[in-house]
Formats: sequence, C-alpha cells, structure tokens
Amino acid sequence: MMSHYAVLFTFALVAVGFSAVALVAAQLLRPSVHEAVKESTYECGMESVGTTEVKTNIRFYLFALLFVIFDVEALFVLPWAVTVRALGPVALVEMMVFLVILFLGLAYAWGKGALAWDFPVKKPISGD
Amino acid sequence: MSEDAKDPKPEAPKPVPETTTAAAAPAAAAKPAAPAKPAPKPLPTPVYNEADGRLLKERRLWPTDMWRDPWSQPRYRMAWVKLIVLVAVALGAALLLGEVGRFAVPVTSFLLEKGAAYGLPAWAPGLVWALVKIVLVLHVPLLSALVFVWWERKISAHMQSRLGPMYVGGFHGWLQTVADGIKLLLKENITPTAADTWVHRLAPAVVVAPALLAFAPVSFGKDLSAADLDVGLVYVFAMAGVSVVGIMMAGWGSGNKYSLLGGLRSAAQLVSYELPRMFAVIPVIMFAESLNLADIGAAQGGYWFGVLPRWFIFYPVVGQLSFLIFLIASVAETNRIPFDLPEAESELVAGFHTEYSGMKFSLFFLAEYAYMTLACCLAAAFFLGGGTAPLSFLDGFLPSWAWFLGKVLALVFCFLWFRWTFPRFRVDRLMDFNWKFLLPWSFANIALAGLYVMVLS
Repeated sequence: MMSHYAVLFTFALVAVGFSAVALVAAQLLRPSVHEAVKESTYECGMESVGTTEVKTNIRFYLFALLFVIFDVEALFVLPWAVTVRALGPVALVEMMVFLVILFLGLAYAWGKGALAWDFPVKKPISGD
Repeated sequence: MSEDAKDPKPEAPKPVPETTTAAAAPAAAAKPAAPAKPAPKPLPTPVYNEADGRLLKERRLWPTDMWRDPWSQPRYRMAWVKLIVLVAVALGAALLLGEVGRFAVPVTSFLLEKGAAYGLPAWAPGLVWALVKIVLVLHVPLLSALVFVWWERKISAHMQSRLGPMYVGGFHGWLQTVADGIKLLLKENITPTAADTWVHRLAPAVVVAPALLAFAPVSFGKDLSAADLDVGLVYVFAMAGVSVVGIMMAGWGSGNKYSLLGGLRSAAQLVSYELPRMFAVIPVIMFAESLNLADIGAAQGGYWFGVLPRWFIFYPVVGQLSFLIFLIASVAETNRIPFDLPEAESELVAGFHTEYSGMKFSLFFLAEYAYMTLACCLAAAFFLGGGTAPLSFLDGFLPSWAWFLGKVLALVFCFLWFRWTFPRFRVDRLMDFNWKFLLPWSFANIALAGLYVMVLS
C-alpha cells in the first residue's frame, strides 16, 4: 500500500481538483450578463474614490515580523517537547532559559510600543 | 410539510377560575397541593387588517407562547419523542457498525488480491485504497459545512425565540443548506473591473484547498485517518497557515478598499493567534510525547481511580489553561464572533469577501466551516481524549468514532453558542488580548507543564 506521504500528495491533487471543479462548474452553470454598474467596486453604494494602491499602516508589518520570530521559536520548542522525558531536567532548565529570553523579547517589543495598535500621536505644539 | 404548517387545533379556551385574594393564600397553601394543572393558554385569535382584510397575526403558536406551558402542547411532547427516537437510531447504528477501522485490513487485502488477479500494476490497489480513504475523509468537511450551517441557523433562531428554517425538506428545514448551495452555484460570478483578475479568481481555491487538506492526518477513531502522519500536528498547523495567503490574495485582488483592510486585518489576526494556539498545544505534546494525532488521542486512554478519564484537560491547572487558550485562539483562527473583525459587517461591509459572489463566495464559507470542524476535531483529540470513553464503565460501549463525534458535536455547539453570547472585540483590544495576555500565559503554561513532567517521571 502507498506510504502516508504518497496518500497526502494524492489528497492534495484531489483537494485542488475539488476547488477547480467547483469553480469551473459554477462558471458553466451561471448566467453571465456583463454590466458596468454591476462590476464596479462596491463600497457601500458610494462611488469609489481612488485606487486601492494606498499606503497601509506599518503596524501590520510589525506584527508580521513578530510572528515570524515567535513561529520559528515554536518550531524549535516542538522537538524538545516530544523528547522532554528522555532529555531530562537539564534540557528543561535550558528550555526555560530560552523561554525567558523569548519573553524578554516580547516585553522589549511591548515596552517599545510595537504591540500598540494605535501609535501615540504627538500633539501639535500649541500656538502653531 | 412540517407539522408547523398544519394549524394545530385550538383547544377550548377554559376560563381560569377567579383565584381567591392574597389573604386566603396561606390557608390554601396549608392544604395538600392542588392537583389541577394550570389551564393551557388558548391560541391567539387571528387578527385581520380592518381596511383590506389582510391577515396580520396567524392563529398559531409562537415559541414564546408555547414556552409558557410547554408540556400541555402535543407538539412539544412529540418533539421529545422524535429526539429520543433519533438518538436511539444513531446509537443503534453506531453499535451495529462497530469500529469502522477494522474494515481496513480486509478491504486492502481484497484490493491487493483483485489487483493481482486482473494483472494490474503494483501501485494500482494502493492508489484505489488511497482514493477511497480520501473521498471518505473529504465527506467530513463538506458534510459538516452543510449540517453545521443549518444547525447554526436553528440554534440562533431558538436562542432568539424564532423558528429558523422550517420548510425546505420537510423536517425542520433540514435541506435548507442544500437549497442555498444550489442557489449559490447558479448565482452570477461577478469579477469587478477594478480587481486583479487571476488573483481574485484563485483566492477561494487557495483558501479552501488547505482547509480540506488539513483533515488528512486527523484521527476520527481507532485506525480511522487518511494518512497516519508522525508529524500530523505540525502538518495541520502548517496547512491552517497557508489559508492566510489566500485571504491576503482575496483582500488585495478584489480592488476594494474594504477588502484590502479586511484582508490585512485578517492576516494580522490569524497570524497572531496562531502563536498561542501553537504554544497551548506544547504541554499536550510533552505529556503525550508524540506529534501523531492518533497517538496523542491514545495517550489519554486509561482511568484515574478506575473511573475518571486520563484526558489532558483534567491535568490540574495546565490542562484547563491549555484548553482555554486553545479554544479562544481557535475561535479567533476561524474568524468567528467575537473575533470576526476581518468581516465586521458594520465596519468593513464584509471584509475580504465583499466582492465575491456565487461559488467563489461559497468556497470561502465552506472553508470557514471546515476550519471550525477541524478546530473542534483537534480540541477533542488534544484535550478530550480523542475516541476514549468519558467514564470507565462506558469503555467499549460505543465505538471510538462515536465518542469522537459526540465530543466534536459538543464543541461545535459551544462555537455556535459563543456567537450569540459575546459581542465583537475592538481591533486594538483583540491584538492586545493576544500579545499581552494569551501569549505570556501560554509561556507560563509550558514552564508549569515542564515541572509536571519532571515530577511525574
């Protein structure tokens, strides 16, 4: 019989095939009446102003960076968690040190304001 | 047609005898309790508009009327009878079927035998067996989407004293979702002119394919999984992560500013909540010493004091904390209320799927419900013992897949319940809750779990 990874590969083909068949079948069955108003951008009925190529807030980028750091650390913790009993107390202490360092990193980011959704806005100097 | 369509016979309005004044009440209370039941509330008389004779209020029982004295209503008593019959039939089917996993060996040997008899190449029986397993497992996300959409509508209706779908299919509108699915299949597929055409078109496939793929290593019972991966847990989390890309594609490719904001918010939220979700599972891995979903379930077999199950949720403090963090993060990962910021309809129209219609929209919908089912399957496998019985004397009474299904249904009910209980988070509170509360606590939880493991071993 097939190995588990060969089954997974077949599963991937079937899953992609399923979504492709669903989309193509809908394409064949649906009515298709093109109309300029229907295909305009829907923004609550108002006419859309400008394009979507706007500047987005930097905070999304910051959260993505933090995620990459912590996700890689999670991958580092996983093999330790599987073999924690075999590795014994020394590895446990080492992992605790590592987690404390991680937490300090989080605390640093927190203190620097990287976790704030709304950045503190400097008030305009009065009299200007 | 359901019994709702028939007009229940109005019972004769019994005039309630004028009760004595409050002063006589103590004397009445001293007597043995009056056996007389309170008179059933008479059906409301139909109300018509005087001008045009239009029916304003039907002569029918609304749930609120019925709940004043439910036992006097034959419909209410019949509902219990129907429920008991349904549960009995389900139990009988489970007992009759037994462990489904035991069919694997005879079927594979049959396929190998037939393959040899017909001179097929050596890989053919394996491929057929793989396809059989895949098609069976694919039924889980697809059927669960159909059933849970209907169930959610019924639950939400009953929580708000409504009836919900009642007509399509006869019994409590059980075919409503199928009808909706056909409608969505036939709806026009609109691609806005401002959209990035291929990114827009491919996004639903990128979201739904990983959602289906993530079910491959899930163990639905004893020997019941499509691929019994040794790294099943990592694989499931990896697949759940791929969908973020699809949501970003949908947000960016739609050419709509609300979609863009919804997509970005969604990416930030999904990516953030993935961390506590992952860290909450690490104590489970430490206790089970395995990444294989079937092994994690099997590690929770056995009973404390011969009665209480050795489920990880019952490990004091660590288990409950892990389960709570995992549950909260799972609700956030599935974009459900109270974490439905990406599609907050009062702020962002519909978030990343504003511009989607027809089948493309229903694929997003399918993915959402598939992820909800997946989260419940994972929570049941990690914390509620997978296919093990909840009490020692029930062990072996039902097959493992039936216990697993029961746990998943209970968890799904909680997910649907949350929706009608909690208000939506504000977006900055949402991120704060994750980074400043869940993540530090999940670190502390790992440390505590480490102490447990050292003490126990």
